[in-house]
Amino acid sequence: MSKDCTNENGARPVLRALFLDFSTVGLSGFGGVLPFARRMLVERRGWMTAEEFNAQLGLCQFLPGPNVVNLAVLVGKRHGGLAGAIVAPLGLLAGPFAIVVLLAMLYDAYGQLPIAQSMLRGIAAAGAGLLFAMAWRMGSAIRDKAVFLPFAALVVLGVAGLRWPMLWVMLAGLACSGGLAYWRLGRR
Amino acid sequence: MSTVVELFVEFAILSFVAFGGATALLPEMHRLVVDQHHWLDAATFTHLYAIAQAAPGPNVLVVTLIGWQIAGLAGALAATLAMCLPMSVLIYLLIDHWERFSGRRWQRAISLGVAPLAVGLIFSGATLITQSVGLSGAAFGVLAVTAVAAVRTRWHPLWFIAAGAILGASGLL
Repeated sequence: MSKDCTNENGARPVLRALFLDFSTVGLSGFGGVLPFARRMLVERRGWMTAEEFNAQLGLCQFLPGPNVVNLAVLVGKRHGGLAGAIVAPLGLLAGPFAIVVLLAMLYDAYGQLPIAQSMLRGIAAAGAGLLFAMAWRMGSAIRDKAVFLPFAALVVLGVAGLRWPMLWVMLAGLACSGGLAYWRLGRR
Repeated sequence: MSTVVELFVEFAILSFVAFGGATALLPEMHRLVVDQHHWLDAATFTHLYAIAQAAPGPNVLVVTLIGWQIAGLAGALAATLAMCLPMSVLIYLLIDHWERFSGRRWQRAISLGVAPLAVGLIFSGATLITQSVGLSGAAFGVLAVTAVAAVRTRWHPLWFIAAGAILGASGLL
């Protein structure tokens, strides 16, 4: 839990924990780190609650840039200030960076082999399954599903189906679903 | 202008329109790297994308692979920094203003409103990856079993990835 890290132990254990936890997230995430980030940040280490994760990830996805790096900056800053905001994304990227460079060298040497190609296909299939599972879990965390989940369906239609520019889909979606949320909050 | 500097500038500009992360940027990166600058050929670009999906780490590291192929270690560093740094600085400055208004009605409305959009984007990413793989029946089975098991169980996601790799390498998919 983050309590152990943030209270009496001072800044250094927090920074070390941020670096190590985000290193773990980066190094264990294949085909996209988001499912692993959620598992580590929410379920295992308690850096944030499920609702905070949804909201902050939503913000990170609304803004341009790599979502998970943005998320690391946010979590890092909240728990460790400027140093945390530097250390968390560094932890996230340093290990995978080294591995990816290694893979680039291996690709230069062995990339044409058929077994390498079919292995990549199997990994991509499982990775896509993990992303579907993550969308399902995040959808389950939304309250008032009947009201808000249709907006998720509309985003899928616009982005994946019609291939509309994501900027316009997100702006229109936020105007509609944010506006509806604003109205419902005032009604209570 | 040296290639590394050019690469950094091009990717830094791209990072400001990277709505939905690096995966959403792939068509634009393809246009830039393959068609405009002729830094890589189309086949190499596609291979690099596949490797990035199979490698541990954030999806943004496809940019690292592209940078490496274009200009070695300096290119890899320049491309990665260009893609990550500008928005990291901006979001570091933005988040305080966001949290200062914590609990306000409009802020809670944005939080509530953005969450389903995020679900939609993740789901979209999943469908686009599925399409890009061109799944056979068996590969679709791997996908479906992984999705259901990952929701229903607490197994580490790495097991699913390993299973996919083994089944793929054995030629079953």
